[in-house]
Amino acid sequence: MLEKSLFKNPNLRLEGMENAAAEERAPVFECPRCKMRQDLSSLAEGLFLCQRCGHHYKVGARQRLGMTLDEGSFREMSVRIASRDPLGFPGYQEKLEQARRQSGEREAVITGTGSILGQPCAFFAMEHQFMMGSMGAAVGEKLTRLFERARQRRLPVVGYVISGGARVQEGVLSLMQMAKVSGAVRLHADAGLLYIAVLCDATTGGVAASFAMQADVILAEPGALIGFAGPRVIEQTTRQKLPEGFQRAEFQLEQGFVGKIVRRQEQRELLGLLLRMHEGAGA
Amino acid sequence: MSAYQRVLAARNNLRPNAMRYINHMVSDFVELHGDRRQGEDAAVVAGLGFFGRRCVTVLALEKGIDTPDRLKRNFGSAQPEGYRKSLWHLRQAEKFKRPVLCFVDTAGAACGIGAEERGQGQAIAENLWEMMGLQVPVLSVIIGEGGSGGALALAAASRVWMLENAIYSVLSPEGAASIIYKDAGKVVEASEALKLSAQDMLAFGVIEGILPEGDGFSEALPAVQLAFEEALIGFDGMTGEEIRQARYARFRRLGGDWA
Repeated sequence: MLEKSLFKNPNLRLEGMENAAAEERAPVFECPRCKMRQDLSSLAEGLFLCQRCGHHYKVGARQRLGMTLDEGSFREMSVRIASRDPLGFPGYQEKLEQARRQSGEREAVITGTGSILGQPCAFFAMEHQFMMGSMGAAVGEKLTRLFERARQRRLPVVGYVISGGARVQEGVLSLMQMAKVSGAVRLHADAGLLYIAVLCDATTGGVAASFAMQADVILAEPGALIGFAGPRVIEQTTRQKLPEGFQRAEFQLEQGFVGKIVRRQEQRELLGLLLRMHEGAGA
Repeated sequence: MSAYQRVLAARNNLRPNAMRYINHMVSDFVELHGDRRQGEDAAVVAGLGFFGRRCVTVLALEKGIDTPDRLKRNFGSAQPEGYRKSLWHLRQAEKFKRPVLCFVDTAGAACGIGAEERGQGQAIAENLWEMMGLQVPVLSVIIGEGGSGGALALAAASRVWMLENAIYSVLSPEGAASIIYKDAGKVVEASEALKLSAQDMLAFGVIEGILPEGDGFSEALPAVQLAFEEALIGFDGMTGEEIRQARYARFRRLGGDWA
């Protein structure tokens, strides 16, 4: 799936990807942690993990679908919903076009229904290459529709969260999405239905202060940065050096805000199990 | 007035603070401290009182009146304990079926190592979660700065008003300048681009109305009072479930018509 999308979108860049010009169709990736070099096929087979140190490469929303849902089970929703420029914010149109080119997606989240190990669910995955997965009105609307649909169909929701927070270019309308999505999550929860969030690198800002932290089960990928204020903002504001590992998934588990850290190769299995444990919920 | 002038007006130290409104509008106010979990945060004021003849829960983001008071209140930037204090009082309001009156004036939630260690994101998320489910009316007025998620935590309300010179913003103009223009000095441009005035909010449908403050507190106070009174009368005929649904519908439409 990744090779296909790379072929379709020659501008698609993945974390650690080196200049592929010389090597044409076989881009080489360098692990940001241990510097081990790997080619695309070995990376894709291994769920985008470094073969040596196990570093979890950032992956796009489509790849996430592919590695989590049962093959062929996904039915996408709200495909036409895409950001507009409600404020006429300088440079935003160009930024959106660039984000669409770079990610091959129309928006920073993909939503739909599918199944995991035969367990039906509503599913969302955020796209870090689309303006860092930031939430504007379109992302808020897609997520709201997903939770509403899940409530109508009595489906649990499984979501992969990656987001820099509210999208600045849509001003307060982005901020309002925090309340709007929270409302939809709450209605879904009050119907007795399950919501599992998997927090990935990075989950910050208004998203960390809303639906990322409202799930029944909060999982995280190893090493994922999770926090309200980003580390750079904290350093600039407080002029303090942040301790090693600050705001990482392991830290958040210690602090009590993440339920379990799950390596990528174990996620599908665990999600399937948790869904099975809640079968019949909200009936 | 330019957008940046409004930012300066909204931040002016001489603006009436939240406690001043509370003292003039709410009789027999009993302030209750603490978040019932681990701490007390003076940036959030919570308590009970009478608004007219009704008993109400009052919540406020309070910047303080002089330097020692402002320091004590962290200039109105709440820690997680502040949001957990408001959470406790939201639940109390639901239990005793009391309307909630909120006064918002903050540059944003506290930013720092401690706030992160104690779950600033989770604390705000839980307030939003709670507010979106309440069966009692929540009325919010932004009296100065409505800064980001820290302000929204007390403004996921049934009705929201802004004073004429208040601002409401997803991010501080300084923050936006450094993120968007990569130049913290471009605050004037960023203020303009963010569209943060009360007029902008009314046009977006984010607030119900703009309250005049031409002559200062003597004009603003009765305007806030009247807005709250009329709104509460409107909610009198509604059931709890209707109040809750109306709040969801209010936010549900924000962000555009996608049909």
